[in-house]
This record gives sequence, structure tokens and C-alpha cells, in this order.
Amino acid sequence: MKNLRKKVYITAGYNTISMGTGRKEFNPKKPRPGLEEYIVEAGKGVIQQIGDASLIDEAVISNFQASRYNNQANLAAFIPYIDEKLRYKPVTRVEGACGSGGMAIATAVRSILAETADVVLVLGVEVQNTVKAVYGADILAGAGWYKDRKNGHVHFFPGQFSNRAGKYFEKYGREITRKAMARWYKNAIENARLCPTAQEYHNTMPDPEAVAMVEPNPKVFLENITVYDCSKVSDGASALLVCSEEGLKKIQKSYQESVEIIGIGQAMEDITKPPIDPTQLDTTKVAVSRALQMAGVSINDIATVECHDCFSIAGIMAIEAMGLAPYGKGAEFVLEGNTARNGRIPFNTTGGLIGWGHPVGATGVHQAVTIWEQLTGKAGDAQINIPFDRPYGLSVNMGGDDKTLTSIVYKKL
Amino acid sequence: MNYNERMQKVAVLGAAGKMGSGILLLNAIELADLSLLPENKGKTFVVYAIDVSEEALSGLIRYVRAQVLKAAEKKIMWLREVYKDRADLIENGQMIDEYINHVMSLIRPSTLIESAFNANCIFEAIKEDPDLKVSILKKINENNPNQPWFFTNTSSIPIQFLNEKADLNGRIIGYHFYNPPAVQKLVELIEAKNTLPEIRTFSFELAKKLNKIIVESNDVVGFIGNGHFMRDIIHAASEVERLKSQYGFVEAIYMINKVSQEYLVRPMGIFQLIDYVGIDVCSYIMSVMNHYLPQENIVCPLLNEMLALGIKGGQYADGSQKDGFLKYEKGKITAIYNLDSKEYVALEQIQAKVDALLGEKPTAIVAWKSVVGAKNKEEILQQFFAELNKMNTLGAELAKAYGSQSKAIGKYLVSSGVAKSEDDVNKVLMTGFFHAYGPINNYFN
Repeated sequence: MKNLRKKVYITAGYNTISMGTGRKEFNPKKPRPGLEEYIVEAGKGVIQQIGDASLIDEAVISNFQASRYNNQANLAAFIPYIDEKLRYKPVTRVEGACGSGGMAIATAVRSILAETADVVLVLGVEVQNTVKAVYGADILAGAGWYKDRKNGHVHFFPGQFSNRAGKYFEKYGREITRKAMARWYKNAIENARLCPTAQEYHNTMPDPEAVAMVEPNPKVFLENITVYDCSKVSDGASALLVCSEEGLKKIQKSYQESVEIIGIGQAMEDITKPPIDPTQLDTTKVAVSRALQMAGVSINDIATVECHDCFSIAGIMAIEAMGLAPYGKGAEFVLEGNTARNGRIPFNTTGGLIGWGHPVGATGVHQAVTIWEQLTGKAGDAQINIPFDRPYGLSVNMGGDDKTLTSIVYKKL
Repeated sequence: MNYNERMQKVAVLGAAGKMGSGILLLNAIELADLSLLPENKGKTFVVYAIDVSEEALSGLIRYVRAQVLKAAEKKIMWLREVYKDRADLIENGQMIDEYINHVMSLIRPSTLIESAFNANCIFEAIKEDPDLKVSILKKINENNPNQPWFFTNTSSIPIQFLNEKADLNGRIIGYHFYNPPAVQKLVELIEAKNTLPEIRTFSFELAKKLNKIIVESNDVVGFIGNGHFMRDIIHAASEVERLKSQYGFVEAIYMINKVSQEYLVRPMGIFQLIDYVGIDVCSYIMSVMNHYLPQENIVCPLLNEMLALGIKGGQYADGSQKDGFLKYEKGKITAIYNLDSKEYVALEQIQAKVDALLGEKPTAIVAWKSVVGAKNKEEILQQFFAELNKMNTLGAELAKAYGSQSKAIGKYLVSSGVAKSEDDVNKVLMTGFFHAYGPINNYFN
């Protein structure tokens, strides 16, 4: 494992609102901002923090399926639309399904390491509410192998993770796992209520944990999971800057306003193969251990995690893949309160994919922005305490069914 | 001939009309679903959509396509199962398109009555005109070699009259859908004197497949639904007559419309409902009822005065509301017709004044929408009506009189032998008119 050959920082993060059902202002029958508006809002949100777009050397834009949701491809050329000073800058568009955002950061890091850029704008975006859920499911299924679609569920990905949950129930017990899934939902909602851009910010359920204990019903949805176990359909964008040491100076950002990326692990698995063991997230495990190894820290040194809880069961399995709990003990780990915001290692402090939202191509970037906020004290009402002896954050961004992974370790400065 | 065989050839008469289009839609979907069952592989199912208007038939096809799309989206889980062996259909969207194309391929739009000469089941939803219905049913019966079964959607004409005059020998039953048929759960089922028992059995089977609730009504003109509705209108009109000398015509219409909606917790006020159904339709139903019920005076001069001025209500082809007693903009009431000045008076000109006359609203007042599906509906309504009964504002007094009259009508429908039970009356009003509670209740004494 090679180490990063020079220091890499992130700063100037920005999240739009994650728009969709749950937000008071969301009305599916009324016109809403489109892809362009989200790109511009997030881009300007970053530029405003440095004052001058010409300081940006290049950009990476991540998105999953704009060509189907919005009939729009060639997204790289939307970067100059944000600010005319970005005209003729090099831009790369990356796609790795729900793992697109993490992939974009990794791409930006490479530009810094290659010394072809000092300031790289990373922007993730997805606008999904253009189609009904029944058609959105087809589009999202593109994150899996097309040849598996025919035999998949109406809601393809929820189907895949319902199957995983079923296997997990068989092996480790249904009752405790369902309880942990409900607790996961409660944590997500309570955290989202502290973050004004979160999709569940307006959620007023008196007892989300009890609500999420409703029995799954395969006649209307799925056998092993309910809607409360799933992230929602979201419109949103997130952006940040990845910088070299020189880059930070150029944009006049202090260490206090920045965090350092000290480890990054990417791992991809064959999309045509089913998981070796459906109760485990093996690719996640590889990516996280790679990132930790590069950073030279252990999972127990991490103060907070942004984890890819597209489904609550994925969150529980991720805990095990990270090595925070042995296989089969992830549910217990959650029920003991470890991942709650006042727990030993708070997870998804602004709600994660289930609470904050999951604008697919933006999610990996949103995770990094959230960690950056927490480690720089910019998380507002959602701010958690970062213990001085554990000044690290970890993000795990997953594309498809544990196929396209990027994990990043961040250090508070 | 079993259920499946009988449903292989269906005809809908008046298929492009308000009721006919819904009946056609329900049948087309049912036929498509039957044809997709493994046991029906290779069998042909068709539904003849017969209407006098070429233009309306084009509109019908657009309407059906849009509605089938919605239906297909809802039954996508079933469609994935049905199409599991179709290698060419992979995504939800592809299966939905395929299903829509399939349903549309079963529909045979036509302006020629001869198309019905081949059908086994004939759903009749033409104009509510006894002579017209008789002549058409008779003609089909004489020319159709299949001994077809007739399902008439008449809401007022006695089934025995059609049976006799068209020489159907009991091959007819009243199968009265509520508007819009695709949405409303209720079907009133009315047998003629010698309706074949197997038609009744089939009717229940069909209703189950269409996800409808059947309430059987005796063959008395107006049946249960219109039996209540028309008498409700007469009460409303007589209240307007009484109130107008003191408060003015427009004000009286506003009062009764508001009281019948808000104070009685109904989905629409009575004048809005008349406009929705059509002033002409209501008037016509009354004339039919009046003809068959000589001991009762079922007339409403107010409706006829409006019709004489050419104001009919009803809906445009796109489903939007035409002006009637009330004027509508994007579905919202904006003005009320003044019979004296022959023009609409904007709501804001009278609203505040009349609301003040009606007096304080009960504090427990609840919107129909929030009550109708509530788990503790009974409790909410008890509390509301208990408070209403103690009040003596003008609004409360009008509401009490209105609720009591509605109850009396309900009871009369049972005592005069139209409905078989009080429960049936309540079921019709709740499932056919979407009321939150039945007219026969303990709220009004």
C-alpha cells in the first residue's frame, strides 16, 4: 500500500437541500429546480467561500443517471455554466452509480497527487424526482447488472437488500436485526432534524423507532424490509474543493477551515457476480481497510463515520465490514447505542442516506462535506464533539450492491 | 357458459359518455387481466365500445389510455409476474407499456349498434330515456343469437319496465355504477321480476373482480341512491325558497350549500353536487321518478328555472366542471348564479355577510376529508354533532333540519320497500356518495 505522496485537503464544502417527499416545500405536481439549478447552487456555494472561481484549476462532476432522469448527458460542460471564469477549465465526469461521489473525490485527489492541479472543484448531483418511483426503480437498477434486472423485484435494489436482510435474519436472528433496523431509522431521523438541508428535517414523528417496527409486507413492498429501511428519492447536489498545500494558500483557507485526507481506498468487484456471502459487504471491507491502512489509523481511532445506509441493513453490515463489530454483531452494536449521536462513534450525524437524503451521484460528496463540517466545527445544531485523541472521520460510499467502493479517512487539523 | 367465456365478448353502449367511459375502462382492464391468465391462453377477448359520437370515441381512447397507465403502474408487481416469461420485457416501464397496448388492443370502438349483435354481455349506459333504451335493447336482443345478458346502468328507470318492453325474458339486471365508475366503489344491483338467477350470481362475481361493493335495491324507480339524492335536492330547494325572501336568493343558495357540506361533513355541498351530476340529469331523473311515483310530488321548479336559462352544469370532456348554480375556476367555487339578475355574483361579495348570519361555527367542526378515513371517525362525529345539537345559530338550525330530513328520507326508503335495510341505505350513501356517515344515524333526532 502506497501512501499519499503529498498532503491533500478538502475545504469549502456546500450542500443544497435534499429535495423530495418529506420536505414541506416538495410538491410533485409543481415545477422544481432541475439539474442545472442544483449544479449552479452547489458550485456557487463553494465559489462564494473563496471569492474567485478563477482560482479553481479543474473540476470533477459526479452523477449517475442524468441521461435517463433528465435526458441530459455531457455534464462536464455544465461546470462553466456555474461561473464564466470556469470556461475552458478541464473537467471530468465520473459515474459509479451511488458510489459516483466518492469516485469523484478520488479522481480529484489523483489530480493533486499528479501535480496537475492545486485546487479541484468536486461536484456531485442527481435530480431524481422527474419520474415516478415505479420508473425510477428501472433507472436505479442500472447500478446492477442489466441481465439480472429481468428476475429482479419491481423495486430492484430494495429487492436485492431485502434478500440480503433475509439471509442475515436466517443466520443471526430476525428479531434483534429488525429492532436494530428500527433503531437505525430513529437515529437517522433524529440527526436529520438537526440539519436544515436534510430531507427529513421536517419529520415530526413522535416515535420513529416504533413506526419503523411495522412488519414488512411482501404483498405491497418487500419480504424483509419496509419503506423505513430505505433511503428516499432525492434531488440535490453537494460540492467541495480538494486542494494541495499550495492550493489552500492560493485560496487563502486556513487549516482550521480544512481537513486533511490521509487515507483513501477504492475497490471494485465484478458487477456480474452475486455476493459471495450475502450477509457480508466484502468490497466495503476491502475499501475501508485500504483507507485505514493508508492513513495509518485503526477503526477505533475514528470519531465519526458517514456510512452508505442506502438501506438500514446495509448500515448494519457496513459496521461489521469496517471491523467495529464481529460478523453477526452489527445489530447489537447499533442497539447498544454506539452509533447514535451521543454514542461512542456517531454515524451519519446529519441523517445519512435515510435521513439526510440520497441524491445518488451527490451522496459521496455529501458525506465528505458532512465530515468536513464536523471536523471544522461547522455542523451547526448537528455538531458533535470530536474527542482530541480521535481527530478522525471516515466515509464509506458504495455503488450498486457492494460493487463500487470509495472509503476516505479525514483528519482534523 | 362460465364467467371467463361470457366475458370474452362484451359490449358497452354509450361507451364515450361520463358513465359509459368508466364502465368501458373497468371492462377493458378486466378482459385484459383475464386474457393474461394461463388458462385463457389463445382465447380472444374483445369489448365493443359503442357510441353515437365519433369525436367522443376518440376522446374515449385517450381517456382509457391515460387511466390504464395509472392502473398498470399500480399493478406492476402483478405485471412482473404475468410477463415473467417474456424475455423481451425487462423493465417496469416496458411491462407497463405492453400492458397498455394489450388493453387497448381489446377495445373495438364503433358507432354502429350492430357491433353489439355479437356480444355475450351488454352494458348499457346510454341516455336516461326509457323509450330510447327500450328500442336499443330490443333491437340488439332481436339480432343477437347469443341470448345476451343485459346490464343496465339506469339510475331511475324500473328494470322490469325495460325487461318487459324489450322482451328480454329476465336476461337483464340493473347494474348501477356511481360516478366516476372507475373510482366509486358502489354498484346498486336491481333485479327485474324474473331476472335469471345466474345473472345475479355472475353480477356478484364481476363486482368482486372489479373491486366493487354491491348493494341490492328493489326495483323501485330511483332506487336507493337517487331515491335519497333527489329528495335531498327537493329539501334543499324548499329551504332556499323559504330563506330567499328574508336573505336573498344568492345568499340562500350559499347558506344551504355551505351547511350541507361543512355542517353535515359531506364531500360537497348539495348545489355543487347537483352541478357535478348535471342540473339536466337531476331534472330528468326526477321526471322519471315522478312518473312512476304518482302518490308523491317529485318535482323541483328551481332546477327547471335554471334549465330554462340554459344553465346545465355537468362536465367538459376533460372532466373540468361546467358552471351551474355555482361558477368554478380550476375546480374552486368563485360565484353563485342570481336567478333575478341572471348573472353570477362573486362569492366575496356575500361570503362574509352570510357567514356572519349563519353564526359561530361549532368549535369541533371538522373537514370531511380529514374525517372520512380517520380511525376514530365515530368519536369525532359524535363530538361534533353533540355540539351542533346544542347550538341555536342559524347555521346549526339549518344543519339540524337538513340532517333530520336526510334521515327521514333514508327511513322512508326502507319503509316504502326500496331498500332492504337501513344498513343498505347507509352503505349506498357512504360508498356511492362518499359520505362519512350514513343518513340513518343517532346524530339527528
